[in-house]
Amino acid sequence: MKAKIIITPKKAVLDPQGKTVQSALAHIGYSGVNDVRVGKYLEIDLAGPDRETARQQIDDACHKILSNPVIEDYRFEIE
Amino acid sequence: MNFAVLQFPGSNCDQDVVHVLRNVLGHSARLLWHKDSSLGEADAVVIPGGFSYGDYLRTGAIARFSPVMCAVQNFAAQGGLVLGVCNGFQILCEAGLLPGALIRNRSLQFRCESIFLKTATTDSPFTCQIPQEKLLRLPIAHGEGCYFADEETLGRLRANNQILWRYVDAQGEATEQSNPNGSLDNIAGICNETRNVAGLMPHPERASEPILGCADGRLVFESLIEALSQAQTEKAA
Repeated sequence: MKAKIIITPKKAVLDPQGKTVQSALAHIGYSGVNDVRVGKYLEIDLAGPDRETARQQIDDACHKILSNPVIEDYRFEIE
Repeated sequence: MNFAVLQFPGSNCDQDVVHVLRNVLGHSARLLWHKDSSLGEADAVVIPGGFSYGDYLRTGAIARFSPVMCAVQNFAAQGGLVLGVCNGFQILCEAGLLPGALIRNRSLQFRCESIFLKTATTDSPFTCQIPQEKLLRLPIAHGEGCYFADEETLGRLRANNQILWRYVDAQGEATEQSNPNGSLDNIAGICNETRNVAGLMPHPERASEPILGCADGRLVFESLIEALSQAQTEKAA
């Protein structure tokens, strides 16, 4: 099984990387880019027994270490 | 006093802190490896700056799970004094011992320069020896020092007088230009609600001797030492 996790900065958190990428996109001619948020993508290989246990484990890990709930949101899928 | 100075893989200000505590201020300071699970007879803990675990994942995110941090959690819960400098501040926020988080500088630049710092309150073990109106000239060196907390947390910090230091200009005004990293409310350092855990991004240990150009940083350590000796006197009486 594989967990695919996406971590993004919360809406209220300033994302200077996103702003820089946004202005770079505009600079090289891509118009109509309203906003860019830069986050992280993690792929975790799991030897876990079943999907539900894996889901709980990944949710716990996302909350505890993989993301910081003060500044980040996360979402994931198990494949 | 007995200080415990923590060492993680990637800490790089640990020896500077030990030097100031031992050789400049004449106290006992012991380095503790991150795998140690006891703080021994420590009266206070200093978590130094650096790049623990290469800043992987997020600054301080991995260090907070080191065995020594369990001991620090217990020590802090019992009222023990804990000071985090730079990466130490980031670790304390990740560990939940201080509210909020430190994120990428607004400029995206690593800022390495001297700044002015105004002490917002002398009512803490970390600021009690700093003259009220004195501006501290201290070095900063960080890429992730932008303090962030949600509105509710910020409100609590203000209401409980937990903001200890703000970045200011040479006149003592907290302006946008004097804010090196985009921190909310120019926040450079805070303490927890019970006022025994504090963190700041500037480096007092790098400015504690005149030969280094400035000794303002001593006042932070002298505050800690004064607070500890007062506590010991009260305990004895």
